[in-house]
Amino acid sequence: MKVTFKFFIAGLMFVSLQSQAVLDIKITQGIEQALPIAIVPFSWSQASSVAPIDLTKVITDDLKRSGRFDVMDELDLPQRPAEFDAINFNDWRKLGMENILIGNLTLTENGDYDVSFRLIDVYRGKQIAGFRIPAKPNLLRRVAHQISDIVFEKLTGTPGAFDTRVAYITVKKTKKKKTHTLQIADADGYNAQILLESPEPLLSPAWSPNGKKIAYVSFEGRNSAIYVQDILTGKRERVAAYEGINSAPSWSPEGSRLAMTLSKDGNTEIYIMSLHSKTLKRMTNHSGIDTEPTWSPDGRKLAFTSDRSGGPQIYEMDIRGGRPKRVSFEGKYNVRPAYSPDGKFITLVHAVNGSYHIGLLDLSNGYINTLTDAKLDESPSFAPNGGMIIYATTGVRGAQLAAVSTDGRIHQRLGLQQGDVREPAWGPFLK
Amino acid sequence: MSIRLLLVISLTAMLFGCSSDKVKDDAPAAVEDLSSQQANANADDSDAQAYATDDSSTSGFSQLDDPQSPLSVRVIYFEYDSSEIRSEFRSAIEAHAAYLSQNADTTVTLEGHADERGSREYNLALGERRAQSIKQQMLLLGASSSQIRLVSYGEERPEIDGHDEASWQQNRRVEILY
Repeated sequence: MKVTFKFFIAGLMFVSLQSQAVLDIKITQGIEQALPIAIVPFSWSQASSVAPIDLTKVITDDLKRSGRFDVMDELDLPQRPAEFDAINFNDWRKLGMENILIGNLTLTENGDYDVSFRLIDVYRGKQIAGFRIPAKPNLLRRVAHQISDIVFEKLTGTPGAFDTRVAYITVKKTKKKKTHTLQIADADGYNAQILLESPEPLLSPAWSPNGKKIAYVSFEGRNSAIYVQDILTGKRERVAAYEGINSAPSWSPEGSRLAMTLSKDGNTEIYIMSLHSKTLKRMTNHSGIDTEPTWSPDGRKLAFTSDRSGGPQIYEMDIRGGRPKRVSFEGKYNVRPAYSPDGKFITLVHAVNGSYHIGLLDLSNGYINTLTDAKLDESPSFAPNGGMIIYATTGVRGAQLAAVSTDGRIHQRLGLQQGDVREPAWGPFLK
Repeated sequence: MSIRLLLVISLTAMLFGCSSDKVKDDAPAAVEDLSSQQANANADDSDAQAYATDDSSTSGFSQLDDPQSPLSVRVIYFEYDSSEIRSEFRSAIEAHAAYLSQNADTTVTLEGHADERGSREYNLALGERRAQSIKQQMLLLGASSSQIRLVSYGEERPEIDGHDEASWQQNRRVEILY
């Protein structure tokens, strides 16, 4: 039987999606000890025209979304200084405000922009951070996220992950067909772009460590196959299409190898492929299911899912080979491991009484902390700063993305307007 | 299977049961050029008509199309997180294996599926293991490895889209596709 698929790859030009397709982020549960901050609307050099971007809103949304900041309502601001010298510290101290962010957006002679900002410690009356960032018009939103990252790091002590991107799969159903897309978007859901569209299933997107490529599984050839696609050019390569399953790609930390699941030798086993030579090294040898390999951040270990002891559990093995060691013991069903950026934890899907939650396994003691409470949660992926985990949750409206802080206290729902959204993968820090 | 469809099939069997080459070659036209009585019998049942046309493109009527044969069982269902063959499906798998061993030119695809619970990648492996367990059974019963192709879609192609046990039990399956 010959089947012709209509197939589409976004090439040099990205396909921009309509604005209603952005991820809508809501904090469903906050924390009480949020840091107070006031963000003064940035001044704009061409006061007679509308500014090309509302930087203040982007930064405010970022900081609020993190759940770590209590951002002062704009109507409550006692003054609106744009420069350090214009700040009346007593006005702010009286309100108990600890930190203020001020800034300017300036149109330059060549049509680009300059963004300058200062983060100020009100009680000490001193500047904590101050930068001037030149930007092309299309990068202004990114500059706002970079400012959010700096504010977050200066005030919480850990790097922010606002200037990052997420990849995910969407599925739209009509009466006649399903359309699957691989998309990337900014971490706040804006700038969604389609990288691939296919009538056949897509799954398991995985970012290369430099953020320039995405590996994924596509069924376009009537079987699973692993592809690696360059994000900017759209150029892609089919790296594994053996008989049987070709799935679960995971990049090595230095980006030259992919761990993957293949069943070409009889049943699912873990392999490591050198992307340059395409040579394979078989890592597991067991008649049970071995799948979902994921590289430890130091590159020395692989964690994976295996049902060699009965039900599926998480195992770790040395990259040089040897006997895998079981690391999850709580519960009968633990799958889809992903290491935290510091390598001390593994996030996973943990079933409790027939419900599938996102869990956090502490590798130092084997304890699993359950972070979510819906019935069908899956596909957890750490933010590169280790602060949040993005995952997919299935409810009455179908599959949607959600995020939870690693301490389980901050929950966000990222609601796409229509269709299923699944398989999120949080990208690395952008260089 | 409706009575009407059975009737059409038995008519088809009479027409093509001792098929000559001529009938095979002209099969699509032959279906349309049937005597008015038979054409009317088919006219208001498009499913049945398609059935007859499909049939004529192979070597006439085959056991595979007998709704009373265990070969008509084309979907094997499984328990949660299991690839063990349930006893009620043994006879169907035996019949398919026997058919394959008697028809060495026939190939079949075993398409493994899982319900949506848990991870997609684990379910992909589970779907394959379900297909694999049927393949092993068929090989033991005389089918040859070259006749059987495996593919797993995991949870990516549910039969039913619901999020409850009634849907999930329909989705934990292997489809036998000739």
